[in-house]
Amino acid sequence: MPKLTIDGKELEVAPGTNLIEAARQAGVEVPHYCYHPGLSIAGQCRLCMVDIEKNPRPQIGCNTVAGDGMVVHTQTPRVLETRRAIMEFHLINHPLDCPVCDQAGECWLQIYYMKHGLYDPRMTDEKVHKPKAVPLGPHVILDAERCILCSRCVRFCDEITGTGELGIFSRGDQSEIGLFPGKALENKYSGNVIDICPVGALTDRDFRFQVRVWYLDTAKSICNGCARGCNIEIHTSRRRPHHNQGRRIARIKPRFNADVNRWWICDAGRYGFGPVDDDTRLTSPLARAGGRQVETTWDNAIAALTAALRRHRPEEIGILASPQMANEDLVLVKRLADHLGVRTLDHRVPPKAAGDEDNFLIRADKNPNSRGAELIGLAPGAGGLDARGLLAAVAERRIKLLWVFHHDLFRSAWAEGEIRAALDGAGTLVFQGTNANAVSARAHLVLPSAASAEREGTFTNFQGRVQRFRAAIEPLGEALPDWRVLARLGQALGATDPAFAAERAEQIFATLAAAAPAFAGMSYRALGDTGARVRS
Amino acid sequence: MTDEKIFTRNFHLSDSHTLRVYRQTGGYSALGKAFQMEPAAITEEMKQSNLRGLGGAGFSTGTKWSFIPKGSTAPKYLVVNADEGEPGTFKDRYLLERDPHAIIEGMLIAARAIESHLGFVYIRGEYVQPWRIFSGAVREAYEAGLLGKNIQGSGFDFDIVIHRGAGAYICGEETGLISSLEGKKGWPKLKPPFPAIKGAFGQPTIVNNVETLAAVPHIINRGAEWFAGLGTKSQGGTRLYSVSGHVVKPGVVEAPVSITLRQLIYDRCGGIRDGRRLKAVVPGGSSAPILTADEIDVTMDVDGLKNAGTMAGSAGVIVMDETVSIPEALMVVARFYAHESCGQCTPCRESTGWIYKMAHRIVDGKGRKEDLDTILDVAKRGAGTTICAFYDGAVGPYISYIEKFRDEFEALIRSGGGA
Repeated sequence: MPKLTIDGKELEVAPGTNLIEAARQAGVEVPHYCYHPGLSIAGQCRLCMVDIEKNPRPQIGCNTVAGDGMVVHTQTPRVLETRRAIMEFHLINHPLDCPVCDQAGECWLQIYYMKHGLYDPRMTDEKVHKPKAVPLGPHVILDAERCILCSRCVRFCDEITGTGELGIFSRGDQSEIGLFPGKALENKYSGNVIDICPVGALTDRDFRFQVRVWYLDTAKSICNGCARGCNIEIHTSRRRPHHNQGRRIARIKPRFNADVNRWWICDAGRYGFGPVDDDTRLTSPLARAGGRQVETTWDNAIAALTAALRRHRPEEIGILASPQMANEDLVLVKRLADHLGVRTLDHRVPPKAAGDEDNFLIRADKNPNSRGAELIGLAPGAGGLDARGLLAAVAERRIKLLWVFHHDLFRSAWAEGEIRAALDGAGTLVFQGTNANAVSARAHLVLPSAASAEREGTFTNFQGRVQRFRAAIEPLGEALPDWRVLARLGQALGATDPAFAAERAEQIFATLAAAAPAFAGMSYRALGDTGARVRS
Repeated sequence: MTDEKIFTRNFHLSDSHTLRVYRQTGGYSALGKAFQMEPAAITEEMKQSNLRGLGGAGFSTGTKWSFIPKGSTAPKYLVVNADEGEPGTFKDRYLLERDPHAIIEGMLIAARAIESHLGFVYIRGEYVQPWRIFSGAVREAYEAGLLGKNIQGSGFDFDIVIHRGAGAYICGEETGLISSLEGKKGWPKLKPPFPAIKGAFGQPTIVNNVETLAAVPHIINRGAEWFAGLGTKSQGGTRLYSVSGHVVKPGVVEAPVSITLRQLIYDRCGGIRDGRRLKAVVPGGSSAPILTADEIDVTMDVDGLKNAGTMAGSAGVIVMDETVSIPEALMVVARFYAHESCGQCTPCRESTGWIYKMAHRIVDGKGRKEDLDTILDVAKRGAGTTICAFYDGAVGPYISYIEKFRDEFEALIRSGGGA
């Protein structure tokens, strides 16, 4: 382990650590543009200069490996002067039109100019003009004049996706990023180039010009698009929804997690938040009356479901939970089933077509919590039926109360006729979920769920990593987190398990950690921002 | 001073490019000797000869060869830099056309020294005739068993691949050349790793200039001491000077590196044409800082010119008489560097264009008095901050033209181009 000194601080770093990372570990920020820890070293921007004792001139930190005994200075007059010079070079041909640039507020040219530039501009000649507002693909748009040619996007497409759509064309100050002939930037991870672009060159076609970034709020969350559970930030414009055409979620950004998704997310996850705010959202409990679903109150809905559950014998009840639900919801489903003696309990519904999967992030299982559902035991008890058997039993009127969470069974691998027969056969069909679908349309009772962006909880990803997600926005309308509805039902049914008295999801998780060995020792605080693996 | 001719000794012979003539004048005899020598002994001979790279950087050739990792089992490549592109330089062209077998023999000896079995010759794309002639020589060498497998029963294998460039100056920079050879955009590479450790296609690679390799057979034949004795204490041999501009007899001149610039201009090239006065000389290709007429009593070896604040570079000597406008010359050279910057590093990419715009404006009579200090400041602050030496090469003329001829620039700015 090399031991070195950075700005007077001695530290030991892992062999092979470069000086930008070593400085970071010493609490010193070395400004840089082209360097990205997830990509190869380019050494092009020349901003990360540091002074190394015994070296005649400043060296770039990104391509210098920390050596034993190295004495590094990041604040010498000539380093500061070199930074100022490099900032001036970066801005010679850069348009000074921040007020109309979507990157403003999160632009590293702005940030570093204020920190390391602050010179008086001397460039009075005509700047170089290049193409503007060039769509590169479905999600990304290029302003070549704003590009500082750091090549991060090119390296991302070469090294991470291996798709190689982008290159740098021409020479000198005519150089520009562009697509190779016949290519479009439409790989499954294309949106990441927007995140790693340090300036306003690559912006998001979905997000740009909707909200100024300084109006955004941020919540740490977990993508619910597949079993990977990529760590994300949800950016919202709650205070100025009119700036974003009424959309509460402005955009999704990846959040670093070394063990799950590193710096990246897929486009499906990034742009998959539409259902949270779309017209299919269920915003009020609905009860069937005279062949129509009409809005009702939560009190009435809970009372109706409590009565229905009491009216039926346990063998007449089937519960189909969902791996879309959080661990906290599933714990209460399981405990409620146990309290009622219901043994026909499952969560697995095979999709109509196998989901796409790759050897990077995307998993075929499009549910965020299949592993959690398995570990919590959302499976048939002794003598109970699995999901398929449940369906047949409902059709045969052996099971009379069917309670479906979230699933749109018509999108399953099962035959439409079988599903219709089952749903038509149910004496009482209860649907609980976030969005209306063909199952909810047939339900006698509809209970609206808060989306994962609207609440907190935990998912267990395919690796067995339990990860927290926080509420980014309020539940729409009357929607409630599933666990809250289940808690009310449990209390109404006289269940004494203290989990049903929980006021916060965290308390339910604590009971899970206390009861299930896989989750032993876990707590919201211990999970932190990046989660922890279940015990095997 | 010796009048010994090494590189040009056969230039006057018709068919000097053929194997027949090369052999008649003793060609390929050094190769036989080299096959009897240990590789390390060849490298040592080069060190002793004080042969320094004749492409521009002037680095000791023997030392460079010794950087190949000892005992490495990786394939090693020898790359010949025939991408002669430094403005004012045209000597490699003569060697390719008039003495191609000297280059091939030099390559074979170098390959033996670094234990390489594959050489690449990267020829500037515009050099069509040199490429044709050199390719013919390679064909002849294959037919004569001087290339290929088991060369002349020595057990040594060596093949040559000829690659034509596509017209970018930066591909003459050794790592830019390697990138281009690999099929990539000709961007110079970050160092470390250096090419001797990780060069072409990721393998240990030595890049040598055409003229450097052409010197090698003579050193093997006549000994390091002889070669070292031709030059100065720190640089051996003669070299080829490409003399252009306002001399009576421009062209390629072979002279010992100990010759002075004055001797080169007045004794070898007949002095300034039409009896005019000398104004300035660029002694080592366009990237070398300019010298005034008073500064030509310097020896032309690497250290002599370095001590004079300029560089030997590629030995492209550009002679300017009193009719030359230095601001116009700066504009021309600035246009070249703005056009040829590869665009990889920010300081070079952005400021070569800016400096050209300022230089152009000054020549157009729209100069401002602060322009000169801006150019100097930008050039000085950008120098030494980039991946390769291109920008430092551009800075040479930017700074020296203005500092040495400031009065001329200021007069032009004051007059608005009218006078």
